[in-house]
Amino acid sequence: MAALDQTQVKEGVDQETVDAVAEVSTYKYGWETDIEMEYAPKGVNPDIVRLISEKNEEPEWMTEWRLAAFERWQQMEEPNWAMVSYPKIDFQDQYYYARPKSMEVKPKSLDEVDPKLLATYEKLGIPLKEQMILAGVEGAENAPVEGRKVAVDAVFDSVSVGTTFQKELQEAGVIFCSISEAIREHPELVKKYLGSVVPVSDNFYATLNSAVFSDGSFVYVPPGVRCPMELSTYFRINAENTGQFERTLIIADKGSYVSYLEGCTAPQRDVAQLHAAVVEIIIEEDAEVKYSTVQNWYPGDEEGKGGIYNFVTKRADCRGDRAKVMWTQVETGSAVTWKYPSCILRGEESQGEFYSIAIANNMQQADTGTKMVHLGKNTKSRIVSKGISAGKAQNTYRGLVSMHPKAKNSRNYTQCDSLLIGDKCGAHTVPYIEVKNNSSRVEHEATTSKVDDDQLFYCRQRGMDEEEAVALVVNGFCKDVLQALPMEFAMEAQQLVAISLEGSVG
Amino acid sequence: MALPEVKQTATDARLAALTLPTGGCLEDARRAALSRVQTLGLPGRRDEYWKYTRPDTLTQVEAPKAAIFDTDEAPMFDEFDRLKVVFVDGVFAPEESDDLSLEGVTIERISDICDKDIHWAKDLYGVLEARGQSPVARPLAALNTAFAQDGLAIHVTGKPSKPINMIYRHSDEGSDAILHHVIRVDAGAEATILENGPAASRFNKCMEIDIADTGKLHLVRAQGRDHERRAATHLFARLGTESEFKSFTLTVNGVLTRNEAVIELTGDDAIAHIAGACAGDGDFHHDDTVFVTHDAVNCESRQVFKKVLRNGATGVFQGKILVKEGAQKTDGYQISQSLLLDDDSQFLAKPELEIYADDVACSHGSTSGAIDEDALFYLRSRGVPEGDATDLLTLAFLAEAVEEIEDEEIAAAIVTRLEGWLARRR
Repeated sequence: MAALDQTQVKEGVDQETVDAVAEVSTYKYGWETDIEMEYAPKGVNPDIVRLISEKNEEPEWMTEWRLAAFERWQQMEEPNWAMVSYPKIDFQDQYYYARPKSMEVKPKSLDEVDPKLLATYEKLGIPLKEQMILAGVEGAENAPVEGRKVAVDAVFDSVSVGTTFQKELQEAGVIFCSISEAIREHPELVKKYLGSVVPVSDNFYATLNSAVFSDGSFVYVPPGVRCPMELSTYFRINAENTGQFERTLIIADKGSYVSYLEGCTAPQRDVAQLHAAVVEIIIEEDAEVKYSTVQNWYPGDEEGKGGIYNFVTKRADCRGDRAKVMWTQVETGSAVTWKYPSCILRGEESQGEFYSIAIANNMQQADTGTKMVHLGKNTKSRIVSKGISAGKAQNTYRGLVSMHPKAKNSRNYTQCDSLLIGDKCGAHTVPYIEVKNNSSRVEHEATTSKVDDDQLFYCRQRGMDEEEAVALVVNGFCKDVLQALPMEFAMEAQQLVAISLEGSVG
Repeated sequence: MALPEVKQTATDARLAALTLPTGGCLEDARRAALSRVQTLGLPGRRDEYWKYTRPDTLTQVEAPKAAIFDTDEAPMFDEFDRLKVVFVDGVFAPEESDDLSLEGVTIERISDICDKDIHWAKDLYGVLEARGQSPVARPLAALNTAFAQDGLAIHVTGKPSKPINMIYRHSDEGSDAILHHVIRVDAGAEATILENGPAASRFNKCMEIDIADTGKLHLVRAQGRDHERRAATHLFARLGTESEFKSFTLTVNGVLTRNEAVIELTGDDAIAHIAGACAGDGDFHHDDTVFVTHDAVNCESRQVFKKVLRNGATGVFQGKILVKEGAQKTDGYQISQSLLLDDDSQFLAKPELEIYADDVACSHGSTSGAIDEDALFYLRSRGVPEGDATDLLTLAFLAEAVEEIEDEEIAAAIVTRLEGWLARRR
């Protein structure tokens, strides 16, 4: 925080914003749980891949799938196009599998889970009990009891320690479990969908993940079902020198709806740790998925020591007509972020939305954005990205909007704004725009002054001066992103609401 | 670092077919540029900076043949009082050119500058090009510096009474021209440079422009009409305090055009405007790649690019504003827009910002779409025939770029060209 207090802030950036950025940058989850762990030997090779597969009691086909991915990975090179720099990662100098000793025998119910683990999640504010988890969130007491339940899948290092509300979800026909359980219990679904959105050899980190992912969450919402509660996964890295590789697979069958939340934290350590996840979402006809993330991995200290390297591949495939996906992300953690939640808009009239607030402070580097690939007719996408840099941080928006020849009458609107707090940080925008038919409209804007003229006119007509009007409209816009966050993230959102993009640089 | 094999092979083949001019005072600069080409390698299909434009025909050994376009339309800028400097297939043609003496400016061929012991051009040739190789490599410009066959050294010392017009004539269907100009504008001096003509079947042109404090240079070019011609041009400009550089490019035909502009604002309060209008029909690929670096306080830069595309034409825009640490009070603006007149044409854009200073205003916008149906309906409901209405809206769309031209008469001449282009394509 000290670094921010001394920063000369340019005129027009309000103090509330500066304070809010400092506040979210103070890491509160840096403690660690003292628990006996069991590790696989350091490094990665076919034996480790087999070992992970064995630990998860996987069938032969899954082991083969992983080994093929590993073979592929060995021929690949680390990507270097992102605007991030970090020391070369020694992939052989870390653990790929770590689980608490107490998880050796899978607990049959939450009551059997090691109290230490339960205490860990309790401390993180995610009690693994079947109750409303909104304790501590202002205004939660007013929330209706119905529909405010949240089922949690808690992943601790390499394993899932438990999933709440499984029974109630089952009654609705929803499958919500760890991916390792899904591989055992629902192989037909996993076989059909795993790797179908993010192919095994999609990119360096996704391929590595395909080989060594240890756990993650699996969701299947059957046709016509509106998931009775929000689902969430909470990822915690605890073990030292250990990479976390989780895999999430969400399938929303025809006409279904699910809202999924993801949270993550890690202890404060001097040595950087690797996190390479893959999230695949399949959305069939008329289905809708909302995926919200508050990414709060340990960002490293003020000198940039330690922190999580967050290399994540997230992609949603709107396969059916009128399928809809919405990504909302608040990125405050990680030393290095490399993350582009994307939408493939294959079905006609399918829709993709991406709302992002990325806050980078101290030595953090974030290179994040989205891809909107329009393949079907009348598809729509919207990108709203807010990047805030402070300290010596670098924040990059990188995105692709692609209108294929057959995606007639499609629409995209992109707005990305950046705010710099202090003169030692950087804000960058790297959008790719590819338009291959003329009935589609693509608009990209990256400026706060370009607010809607009608709205401005309306405000001015009511006696506001231009500056006030612009501020009001822009702030309203930023709050729009936050409002897209589900209630469960209200705590984080409350902090972020104080952020305004006045004085933004474009 | 060794080059990838494909790139190494292509680079070696191209270099083997060229001979480095030796003996002159520019030999060292040429050799240094050659070594840059060898290190960087020529552009290949896998290069990120060439993601949207295939460089093969620009780098292959033989220039692809290009027929000479026959037209009775008067050459561009013919109606203006100007000083004509004619190049035929990239070689200076004194018999077709005017006398090169004009008050306020000294115009020489680069081959003549070595006659003098001290010459400003010796300290500029290849210098801005070399600076422009980072952070993004521009190997075709280095190739140009090494192998340029001809070019001018233009020294603007005052305010010449008329524009200098470089006319690039194309006479040989297989010509492969490499031309390199260096331009220096002194403090308080001001000039306008016009360029037109297809130049050659394949044209590699490089222009290095150094503008001293308070100097001004306006550049307007109309890239030639030959359908099959190919061009890769580089413009490197360095701007001093309170100086001004404005450039406008009209491109209507040509199977492949890649125009790179690398602008560096090194003095406070400098202004740089880079604009382009392009109209493409059919087998037409046009790429504007612009890199503006703000390295001083209170500078202004504008990039305005408009492209009208039809019958499968492709328009590319790669623009970047880099604001360095300390370049406070920067005002950076960038707009790239395309009007797609049919479903086969495409627009590919990468409008980038890279900002390291907090008290700046940078905005960029990029849009792509068809003609506004409502506007078309409005015009038609007032009795304007559909063809006229479409042309009118197309011209209106291009207007924002054409308005960047300071001289109204030149702007009017450009509009006339565009009207003619549209009328011929009804």
